[in-house]
Amino acid sequence: MSLSMYKEQILELYKNPNNFGELNNFTHEYHEFNQICGDEIIVQLIIENEKVKDIKFNGAGCAISVASASLITDYVKNKDIKEISKLNIEDIKKLLGIEISPGRVKCATLALETIKRAINKEN
Amino acid sequence: MYQNRNILKGNILTIVKYKMPNQNIDSLIQDIRKDFPILKTGVIYFDNAATSQRPKPVIESLKEFMENENANINRSVHTLSEKAMLHFNESRKIIADFINAEENEIVFTKNATEAFNLLAYTIKEIIPKGKDEIILSEMEHHSNLVPWQEFAKRYNFKLKFIKITKDFELDIEDYKTKLSDKTAIVSITHISNVLGTINPVKEIVELAKKHNVITIIDASQSAPNLKINVKNLDCDFLIFSCHKVLGPTGVGTLYGKYELLKKLPPFNFGGGMIKSVTFEKAEYLDPPEKFEAGTQNIGEVIASAEAIKYLNKIGIKNVEEISSYLYNYAVENLKKIENIEIYNPGKGKSVDIISFNLKGIHCHDVASILNEDKIAIRAGHHCAMPLMKVLKVNGVCRVSFSVFNTREEIDHLIISLKKCQEVFNK
Ligand SMILES: Cc1ncc(COP(=O)(O)O)c(C=O)c1O
Repeated sequence: MSLSMYKEQILELYKNPNNFGELNNFTHEYHEFNQICGDEIIVQLIIENEKVKDIKFNGAGCAISVASASLITDYVKNKDIKEISKLNIEDIKKLLGIEISPGRVKCATLALETIKRAINKEN
Repeated sequence: MYQNRNILKGNILTIVKYKMPNQNIDSLIQDIRKDFPILKTGVIYFDNAATSQRPKPVIESLKEFMENENANINRSVHTLSEKAMLHFNESRKIIADFINAEENEIVFTKNATEAFNLLAYTIKEIIPKGKDEIILSEMEHHSNLVPWQEFAKRYNFKLKFIKITKDFELDIEDYKTKLSDKTAIVSITHISNVLGTINPVKEIVELAKKHNVITIIDASQSAPNLKINVKNLDCDFLIFSCHKVLGPTGVGTLYGKYELLKKLPPFNFGGGMIKSVTFEKAEYLDPPEKFEAGTQNIGEVIASAEAIKYLNKIGIKNVEEISSYLYNYAVENLKKIENIEIYNPGKGKSVDIISFNLKGIHCHDVASILNEDKIAIRAGHHCAMPLMKVLKVNGVCRVSFSVFNTREEIDHLIISLKKCQEVFNK
């Protein structure tokens, strides 16, 4: 069996994701649902001077969505919000280091899309 | 093809009480498999409850229609149209016979969902005054829920939901307390598309009749597996999609008692459903044409009848037999897996569909890992989000069988599920 999507790193992040939890003093927040499975994700950010100072995510998810959330929340820290708005599935694939099957693209991009919505939402 | 084989001529299969393995059933399945070209891709297809696969006669029928018969059935007198019309009408008869209905009691729609919408948009006319409640159950597919939510909003009706017991069955006592003279409609699934539960629809209909209630049965998951007899069930309406019964997509079937179909107003208006039209008004045809406005899915209806003919050739009794043979084998072996949660009422109360979760592993991860072994299962909420709330899960893995599945395929499933656990528990 070729476990192309379920590499060691992904399973590790699934079990021990980075940036999992809540922020008390967030400036931006968004709740989103994965249309495919109904899983809920909550993203909270502290944005100062157009930069992400801190970020956390919460919720239940599959290995692909949790690993992606862990990686992308790491990646956006200290990044400019304009830069974040340009990120897409290709960037996620690079972070994950795997190919994502078409049916799972929504899982892989869920956290990123939620971050973008949080940033664009007036709090 | 398999129908030339002796095994189908006698009643061998129905006599044999299945001790496993049953070589008669196994060899029947092997013969059936030859008729499903898609199996050559190597797929182990356990997503039959979403849509079944098509046997050769269905595929050939679609091709034959397009190559040699294609025409509209608009009462033209040219030969092609006459041929198509004749074939279309014969197909309606075959599908009617399949559920023991009369020909004029079968209305074709796009799918089961459209049939529910047809009813939800027209049924108000036949609901007696003073009734304003609809009874559904907690295990309904969104197709038998959302149209009624909209109906309830439009007419200020109340929806009530029959509860599910801890054994994943309908709580009939709860149904009895909810049923009253205020009940206008009871609309219930025959087999749950998630739990696989076979509901006692005959009893449900009988109880409803005492309160002069309109009864609707969602046969989407039962039509592929059980003998359905609408006269015996005595329901007012019954709905299924032909693409789950080995037919092509694009054909839904709405059965309705003729006198009720007569009373319902049309759903769609336009060509094909009128007797005569002036600039001011129109007079409509009788059922079923009254409900079939516009050009129909002619080739697909004809191919759907081929699918039914194919099932009839196997014999519905044999179909039921294969279903429970596979189900029993699968459920027994799934139960042996550690850390599995099975959402199914068990042998004798279920057939064909088994949902489960591997503890600590998301259902979509399970489905993806199985997919890497060419095993196709469905994971998610299965268009039954309220039921997921009741089960206290976000989603489940579901396997559902058809006449071409084998015990060896189930063995592969079990091995792959164990691999999933190994991957995640490393
Ligand atoms: C129980 C049940 N009802 C209704 C439907 C809807 O069928 P369709 O999508 O063909 O309209 C399904 C199909 O998933 C089903 O399983």
